[in-house]
Amino acid sequence: MEAFLEIFDVFLLEAIISGILLGGVLALLALGLNLIFGVIDVTWICYAELIMIGMYGLYYFYAVYGVPMWMAVPMCIVLVAILGLLLHYLVIEPLLDAAPINQLLATGGVLFFLQSFATVAFGIDFRNLGIRLPVLAIGDMHFSYARLLAFLAAIGGMVAVYLFMTRTYTGTAIRAIAQDRHIMPLMGVDTRRLYLITSAIGGGLAGLAACLLVLQYDVHPFVGLSFGPITFLICVLGGLGNFIGGFVAAFLFAQIISLGGLYSDLEWGYVLAFAFFIVMMFVRPQGLLARRS
Amino acid sequence: MNPRNPALWLVAAALVALPFVYRQPYHLHVMVLILIWSFAYTSWSMMGRFGLVSLGHGGFMGVGAYTTALLWNHFGVSPWIGIPVALVAAGALALIVAWPCFRFRITGHYFALVTLALSGIVLQVITATRDQTGGSLGYTPERTKGSALAALQFVDKETWYLIALGVWAAGLAIWYLVDRSMLRDALEAISEDEDAAAAAGINVTAEKLKITVLSALMTALAGAIYCQYQMFISPDTVSGIAVSLQMVFAAVVGGIYVAFGPTVGAIITILLAEILRIGFGTKAVGWDNLVYGVLLIVFIIFLPKGILGSLLERLKSPSKH
Amino acid sequence: MLDLKSVDAGYGTFQALFGVSLDVKAGEAVGVIGPNGAGKTTLMRVISGLIRPRTGTIAMEGVDVVKTPAHRIIELGIAHVPENRRLFPRLSVEDNLRMGAYIKGARSKFGERLDFVFDLFPRLKERRNQLAGTMSGGEQQMCAIGRALMSDPKLLLLDEPSAGLAPVVVQQVFELVKRIRSGGLTVLIVEQNVQQVLHAVDRAYLLEAGTIRISGTSAELLASDTIKQAYLGV
Repeated sequence: MEAFLEIFDVFLLEAIISGILLGGVLALLALGLNLIFGVIDVTWICYAELIMIGMYGLYYFYAVYGVPMWMAVPMCIVLVAILGLLLHYLVIEPLLDAAPINQLLATGGVLFFLQSFATVAFGIDFRNLGIRLPVLAIGDMHFSYARLLAFLAAIGGMVAVYLFMTRTYTGTAIRAIAQDRHIMPLMGVDTRRLYLITSAIGGGLAGLAACLLVLQYDVHPFVGLSFGPITFLICVLGGLGNFIGGFVAAFLFAQIISLGGLYSDLEWGYVLAFAFFIVMMFVRPQGLLARRS
Repeated sequence: MNPRNPALWLVAAALVALPFVYRQPYHLHVMVLILIWSFAYTSWSMMGRFGLVSLGHGGFMGVGAYTTALLWNHFGVSPWIGIPVALVAAGALALIVAWPCFRFRITGHYFALVTLALSGIVLQVITATRDQTGGSLGYTPERTKGSALAALQFVDKETWYLIALGVWAAGLAIWYLVDRSMLRDALEAISEDEDAAAAAGINVTAEKLKITVLSALMTALAGAIYCQYQMFISPDTVSGIAVSLQMVFAAVVGGIYVAFGPTVGAIITILLAEILRIGFGTKAVGWDNLVYGVLLIVFIIFLPKGILGSLLERLKSPSKH
Repeated sequence: MLDLKSVDAGYGTFQALFGVSLDVKAGEAVGVIGPNGAGKTTLMRVISGLIRPRTGTIAMEGVDVVKTPAHRIIELGIAHVPENRRLFPRLSVEDNLRMGAYIKGARSKFGERLDFVFDLFPRLKERRNQLAGTMSGGEQQMCAIGRALMSDPKLLLLDEPSAGLAPVVVQQVFELVKRIRSGGLTVLIVEQNVQQVLHAVDRAYLLEAGTIRISGTSAELLASDTIKQAYLGV
């Protein structure tokens, strides 16, 4: 172990592992977004804001109302799942046949609405769960349990979604509708209902992500701006609707952010990631055009 | 809108004379804001009307504002030079990002997401260089001790009103010029069917680039003027997705296909913000965006052509309704 | 079993069917032949509910199809194999078949229906985990028919089963149709390949430009001069 650590700079290794842990959560975020786009073919620009509301939800359930964590987390997931459902029912459904840009703009309106709602309802102060999880030390490296937990939960969530999509009728139907929505009625599938279910699942994933994020970061009405654009870039880079692509892109981005943050300020890590994105556009635009079908 | 129409000149004269007749500084301040933002929204609509919806124009405003302010504070460069430099920077940025997009046929909401990334980068860069730019705390151009004209800093609202009026009018003039040009026809053909347009011999990439760069330049100018007027800028007021969305909102509500649409949108958004601020004070923080959010959704669903646009449509073909 | 009366249907301002009336009795095999653009696919879609008729009635065993929501028509016992197969390309063969058994009534019988379909199409069984989009045209057609059979339908709608297939494969497909029929399944086939279909069905209709021109037993149609000249190249 000592010899191994001498070859690699310890902080580099820590950054790499940290990046992997971060990648897990980013991959979960990307999954939710890709699900909605891959299946319903709409982009929820307000996805990060749904997560923000979820973060407030867990905060209020756990830190304010004293609901025990094992109950608060499922409640939070259900809360955001319902939000996803409402989003589709009220905003997306009327616009299913409109130009995609209109769908984007409508969800932009929801973004605005949710941010302002949070500002009005919760105030602009930063809130924290107040949980201090211990730090795991391996050699000279330190990892917060929160991040570890988040990584495991994210992987768990993705596995659960994978099993659902491959082992159940509804899950298979969701995969099918992404490939050919017009013939779904021939098999007895109510397209509308399936979209609502998908929206609820997308919301539920956001709710799970919210729980994992609020463990590590403070919540405030504009916290969505910290990870929203990144999530989009990851999805677009991996190909909107491409689940594997999003998964890979998430870990790639996480590494860039982590390593960039190691050598400089955190923001430069993000700048590097964004710049990488633009360079990728020059080099491999197919990555951007490789959407489903 | 015939330039020979006497009514037009009457209205123009009235607008120019306004600040000398009506001197309430607060109201003039609101009018200046309306004019500057109308110009910004009009700049956005130059692209938006042809289906090139950008969510990154906050980035161009940021470049315009910060470049001008930084050159002045760190190098003493007068905004008369600083602004053109800022415009060049914004134009270059637009080219760098837009060229591969158009070359590789990235359109619609993909394009919107790429522009979102762009404004994200600008925001992060501003925050990261906080030693130079003040980061999220904001940045203030230094008050000039010398000539107000050279520093483009004026204390009296009347002067700013006239400047803003001039810029706003210039924006509309550019709109009309584009309207009457081949560029418009080309872009409308492109927005309807890109492949057909290309087959007809239109250089799709070049035409799109032209309007994008123009839009970016105008938006950067709006940012620079805003900076000089307010004497304070921060990443969220000039950059970031909120500004970008606000542009979209105002344009959509006002009507992006019509020259005065964005102006109508600006009037609505700014008046609403001010009314809420006066009516509710600090409790109003966030309520204006709340209303914008709901209105944007409602308008996209029920009135995608905006207030002015739908009105004009109704007037042109009453039989349809 | 299936009854259409004076059905008008189309897309937007374009009308494809004009006053079409036809019927299919239980246990029969009926064909609809006609040139490209005659409205044959529109006819299939209006029966399975993918589009709705403007006027006219469609009844399946007495139940009004027009009033039934599109995704519930399969519960009436109608299974539609769409034009060009329309398999889910990135789902496996087995998942495609599973989609055929999506409705509640079919899920409980999934196992035995799967065995039935694999019996009919041993090649599908070999390829059960293969992605449907990677199979040959003929195999895809079999998978599409298999998918429709998973719901144990009473009436099978086949839209141009020979389209894009090599003659040898077309032969196999129609032999399969005969086999399925022998099990008692009622079939309505829409086809451009007049020879093959007339040898596989009891009765047929000729659809041209949205109206039924001729109808009769397959023997009658095979003997008819109009058919012979226009469609059999005689």
